Amino acid sequence: MTRPIFSDTKGDFYSINFEKGARENTIILNMGPQHPSTHGVLRILLELDGEYIVRAEPVLGYLHRMHEKMGEVKTVGQYMANMGRVDYLHAMAWNWAWAGAAERLAGIEVPERAEYLRIIATELNRIASHQVWWGAYILDLGAFTPILYSFEDREKILDMLQMMSGARLTFSYFRLGGVANDVPPVFFDRLREFIPYMRNRLNMYHALVTGNMILKQRIEGIGVMDVDACNRYGATGPMCRGSGIAHDTRRAEPYGLYDRFDFNIPVYHEGCCMARYMVRLDEIEESLKILEQAVAAIPEGPVLPAKPLKFNAKLPAGEAYYAVEGGRGKIGVWVASDGGKTPYRIKLRAPGFSNLSIFSELAEGTLIADSIAILGSLDLVIPEVDR
Amino acid sequence: MNEFSLWTVFTLVVGLVAILAFIAGNAMALVWMERKVAGFIQRRPGPNQLGPAGVLQSVADAVKLLFKQILKPSNADSIIFFLAPILSFFPVALLFMPLPFSPFFTAYSPNLGLLLILAFSGINVLAVLLAGWSSNNKYSLYGAARGVSQSVAYEIPLLLAVLAIAFQHGTLNLSEIVEQQGGWPWQWNVFTQPLAFLIYFISIFGETNRSPFDLPEAESELTAGFHTEYSGMGFALFFLAEYANMVLVCCVATALFLGGWKGPFLDGFWWFLAKAYGLLFIMMWVRWTYPRARFDMLLNLNWKWLLPLGALNLLATAFVMKLF
Repeated sequence: MTRPIFSDTKGDFYSINFEKGARENTIILNMGPQHPSTHGVLRILLELDGEYIVRAEPVLGYLHRMHEKMGEVKTVGQYMANMGRVDYLHAMAWNWAWAGAAERLAGIEVPERAEYLRIIATELNRIASHQVWWGAYILDLGAFTPILYSFEDREKILDMLQMMSGARLTFSYFRLGGVANDVPPVFFDRLREFIPYMRNRLNMYHALVTGNMILKQRIEGIGVMDVDACNRYGATGPMCRGSGIAHDTRRAEPYGLYDRFDFNIPVYHEGCCMARYMVRLDEIEESLKILEQAVAAIPEGPVLPAKPLKFNAKLPAGEAYYAVEGGRGKIGVWVASDGGKTPYRIKLRAPGFSNLSIFSELAEGTLIADSIAILGSLDLVIPEVDR
Repeated sequence: MNEFSLWTVFTLVVGLVAILAFIAGNAMALVWMERKVAGFIQRRPGPNQLGPAGVLQSVADAVKLLFKQILKPSNADSIIFFLAPILSFFPVALLFMPLPFSPFFTAYSPNLGLLLILAFSGINVLAVLLAGWSSNNKYSLYGAARGVSQSVAYEIPLLLAVLAIAFQHGTLNLSEIVEQQGGWPWQWNVFTQPLAFLIYFISIFGETNRSPFDLPEAESELTAGFHTEYSGMGFALFFLAEYANMVLVCCVATALFLGGWKGPFLDGFWWFLAKAYGLLFIMMWVRWTYPRARFDMLLNLNWKWLLPLGALNLLATAFVMKLF
């Protein structure tokens, strides 16, 4: 629990801890919004005693793009384009969350082939997301080379996703009731080649980086987060699975056809940065397993229902909530409609926001270098945090 | 070298000019080499547009840095702010003087050449400190503080390692140390003093602020550390000094441990340069492969391992010297 240091002062964390300025023998350091390892425009206020962090406070709002408000002025189809921009690294999962919520409210059935294509797209995107994280995290820790290796592999995934959706980063592949279009036949050949290739590369990732002595000393036992902290802050995804909670939305609240697939949920109990690192790399392997099964089992058929929901369709009055497992954790979309042209209210639950909230507590008492290691292990995507 | 003749002055001046040209040319070549090595390790081409294999890329960079506006933060201490980059570069030029590239290519061969190098290489730290202090930037200040404690820590094991060699040869004159080694690899000091070489080689990473010990710069933590606020030639001088320092420590290692200009056949400065560049390649290789160490790890390695090992090595050397 964060202990306010001037306990007599009223107000939020910032006014209690930072507004009065530095105390004796401390320095207040502004890390960000422009800083090489805040990955975008996150600003962190650090109060430092030498190199030790006395207090840390993330300051948000530099990339607030009103995604929730935009949902209230756009039709259901128009709003899909926003979803690829909330979390640009795992855009497919956000696509799914919005499509799922709208379908649940409108009561649309999704054809089986479209369900399989959704899983393939989301899992491919999950691998790409973890690859970016892996490269960027090692870059934060001071090694330049791995990010170029991971981007080389990610390029192959982006090529495949381009075949599916036409886009390479901010996908809008999902449609209400299915997906935008079927994939070309060559796609499955590429995917079959990719799976063993990626397994090989994953071994290479481990051989090159995971066993490195400096890396181990940098991240093992750093930023330890227990089950209690996960519960208090609502940490999901690799954050909670690294702390021993085997929670995965794909298993806990099955959606799509995930209950047909055989995959494990990687869980580590140490709760440190290394545990989260291992969870993410293991998840790449599990995603490959899912892809393997999906390629083998995908049926022929249409990818949109006979009467798909129109681009500017009105949602029936009511509420719906849909949660999916994104690369960073549980993504939730809650939509309320009064039957009008646009939804009445939309709430997006971004895992990055909850995960970032833990930072103040984890960073307290660590060195600057450790705080960078902890910040990187949260796997932040700032547009998702700010929405 | 007691008599101060016109000839001495002449060799000194020619030597200094040649050294300045050598440093500048080397820095250009090294920047190009560093990029090519990085490109090779990262499986990308590296610079390949300007000139054959991109060799003119460094020239273009140098021109860019020359013409770039020099900015000074509003509350920076003007004198110290501009003094620091100059102070970081100029001692390095002096440090090349006693290096024996070959019996002929030695600008100045004093009896205390090794001492001269060890003494003047400390000035570089002062430049880091001044740059960080005068920039009026917290990141720079942190970089400077790190730089000082790191250099203070790593100079001691460096000294111990070098001292063992001086013990063994009974001289501080670099040329004589090379003379006493043979041409074949097993006649080099690296075989009689492997531990000293290891300590020396680890220490020079800390001494030259190279990854994995590039903590004073640490761009993912301190943006650019002590030279955050420098642009144009200010930055270029720090950059030049870093590469010159790298060349220097590798040259000293070549003279002390790898037999200097001597080779199995055809002794000459080409052997010296080949060995020095081999060491430089290893330094680059390490930089593009390893993550950065944390500060306490770095100091722990130094105070708990390198320093006691260096002292033990020195004792063992002294013991063996006395015995035989």
